[in-house]
Amino acid sequence: MRFLLDAEQRAFAASLDALLTAADTPKAVRAWGRGEHGPGRALWLRLADAGVFALAVPEAYDGLGLRPVDLAVAFVELGRHAVPGPVVETVTAAALIREPGPAKRLLPALAAGGSVATVAYQGAYALDGDLADVRLSLAPDGLRLAPGHDAVRASLDPARRLTRLRPGGELLGAGPPAPEALLLARLTTAAQALGVGLALLDRTVAYVRQRTQFGVPVGSFQAVRHRLADARTALEFARPLVLGAAVTMAPADVAAAKVSACEAAYATARTALQLHGAIGYTEEYDLSLWLTRARALRTAWGTPQECRAQVLAARA
Amino acid sequence: MDLALTREEEAFRAEARAWLDAHVPAVAPPSLETAQGFAAHRAWEAELAAGGWSVVDWPARYGGRDCGLIRWLLFEEEYYAAGAPGRVNQNGISLLAPTLLEHGTEEQRTRVLPPMARGETVWAQAWSEPEAGSDLAALRSRAVRADGGWRLSGQKTWSSRAAFADRAFGLFRSDPDAAKPHQGLTYVMFDLRAPGVTVRPIGRLDGKPAFAELFLDEVFVPDEDVIGAPGQGWRIAMSTAANERGLTLRSPGRFLASAERLHALWRERGGPPEEGARVADALIGARAYQLFTYGAACRFLAGERLGPESSLNKLFWSEYDIALHETALDLLGEEGERADTDWAERYVFSLAGPIYAGTNEIQRDIVAERLLGLPKGRR
Repeated sequence: MRFLLDAEQRAFAASLDALLTAADTPKAVRAWGRGEHGPGRALWLRLADAGVFALAVPEAYDGLGLRPVDLAVAFVELGRHAVPGPVVETVTAAALIREPGPAKRLLPALAAGGSVATVAYQGAYALDGDLADVRLSLAPDGLRLAPGHDAVRASLDPARRLTRLRPGGELLGAGPPAPEALLLARLTTAAQALGVGLALLDRTVAYVRQRTQFGVPVGSFQAVRHRLADARTALEFARPLVLGAAVTMAPADVAAAKVSACEAAYATARTALQLHGAIGYTEEYDLSLWLTRARALRTAWGTPQECRAQVLAARA
Repeated sequence: MDLALTREEEAFRAEARAWLDAHVPAVAPPSLETAQGFAAHRAWEAELAAGGWSVVDWPARYGGRDCGLIRWLLFEEEYYAAGAPGRVNQNGISLLAPTLLEHGTEEQRTRVLPPMARGETVWAQAWSEPEAGSDLAALRSRAVRADGGWRLSGQKTWSSRAAFADRAFGLFRSDPDAAKPHQGLTYVMFDLRAPGVTVRPIGRLDGKPAFAELFLDEVFVPDEDVIGAPGQGWRIAMSTAANERGLTLRSPGRFLASAERLHALWRERGGPPEEGARVADALIGARAYQLFTYGAACRFLAGERLGPESSLNKLFWSEYDIALHETALDLLGEEGERADTDWAERYVFSLAGPIYAGTNEIQRDIVAERLLGLPKGRR
């Protein structure tokens, strides 16, 4: 057993962190929310250069093969930097498209970052269907390339844009989707949520160290310290679930990771908002980018109830 | 990154399972917090030792198997999955023994460890005092130099297992003039039946004498029962405290087994949906704790030192344990009020988790200051 990230995986995380720190990601997130996708697409290309999207594409189509642990490592960083857009859906699409014809036509562009995909069950909201180059619909008879989308609806997270895909379209593969593709959606959402929680904690710790009240840093008050200690505890115990699920890819492990990471991130969001006070309640302050994301990710690719039911069902 | 076990680890797990299957008593012994249960648990420790399973991670020369951290974790998983009895000598095995292995003399290890492994000497912890619980720097019980040893005087309290145990270990103030309160403490082992020791059992919430007060009046201890140098007790105790909160006091095995039992109870009760989420969270929490511990063990084996993160560990398992047992009692409905069930016994035990081994408030302060880097606070 070696339940530790290796040096290459740690270096991969560090390089993504550096890339996203240098890229002024918050600005790209805000632009994305306004429907200006240029800065986000540029960021997308740089993530593709770093190999993020190739991690779900088979080697035969210019990818690196399915590597869930590396994807989990990457998505923690994407969450930490609140990267906008259907990142989860793009890697999921890469894992869903199996038929050689569609794979040859669609996968190399997904791996290279030049093409953005969204995926949803038919009738459910698809993230950013308005800008996606590839819209995949999980229809009763198989995987379909949706012919379009209906009106764009706002999400509680201003950087997420909800659309329903139109039924019909080209059939890319008959029958039910590959189970690990949908597990990948849930796993990368969990990893992203963990990253969101870690960012919220880091920012809040930094804030309460410098913000003073009654002549001392707010972070010296026990009520404040203890909430942050609880947030750290919840996040630290979600992390091994996310990585462990990436190793096993067992449905119950992935569901456990999703519940745990999303609950920890959401609890941290509540703590972060409370400890920032009114400034945290504004959209102009960057904290809002993670606060609203934590809420949105809770229900994406498996609500807490669905994930808990999966954990119980695995033992029935 | 992987979770794969080696063939040797799998074989070790299978061997442990086979032995436990053949030896775990079909009827659980009475609570170890009663005289009769204590004796039964002591006999079980002897049987475990005879099979070579009482202290698997210790060096072989003291009764162990030198099996390493990963196999110890696997053994613990098998142990609790088999429904084996709680460990009456937990304080000795997981607190005193690591201290002796790190700071003791070879003479002390040879004399103290083998009878501990066989359950012949059951140890009580004697750290807390009436005015010093989590704040060990406030200890006032004294050790005064005497011919060939020390004389202990003072009062200890909340000494787990002391009602029926044989010996105890604790910290005593040997230099009242030391510059700082945590200096001048000495780590001592003493006999609970020595002249000058009075043991007053204390009933916990359910009335069982799970701990005791100790009154010490000029109790003589020879030099060979002092661990490490006199005056160095704090430093030595802190390394033990990290063990207590960290890996060794609560291995994941017991929580995995408890979560499985809870799930079985929920199914047996028809799987009521109102408790379903709490049962799922218990299963998820046990898996989280297992994987967290695997990660910590791997980091430790890779040469990293585990420091204040043991406080995260303690916060997690202590809160988890209560939530799990509350769910069980709620599932039992009216039967949940009964005191004579295993669930009730374990529920009462779980309630102490956030209080002992350094209260959870102290652990949160450690996390805040040492892991999050927050300024020192008003306590």
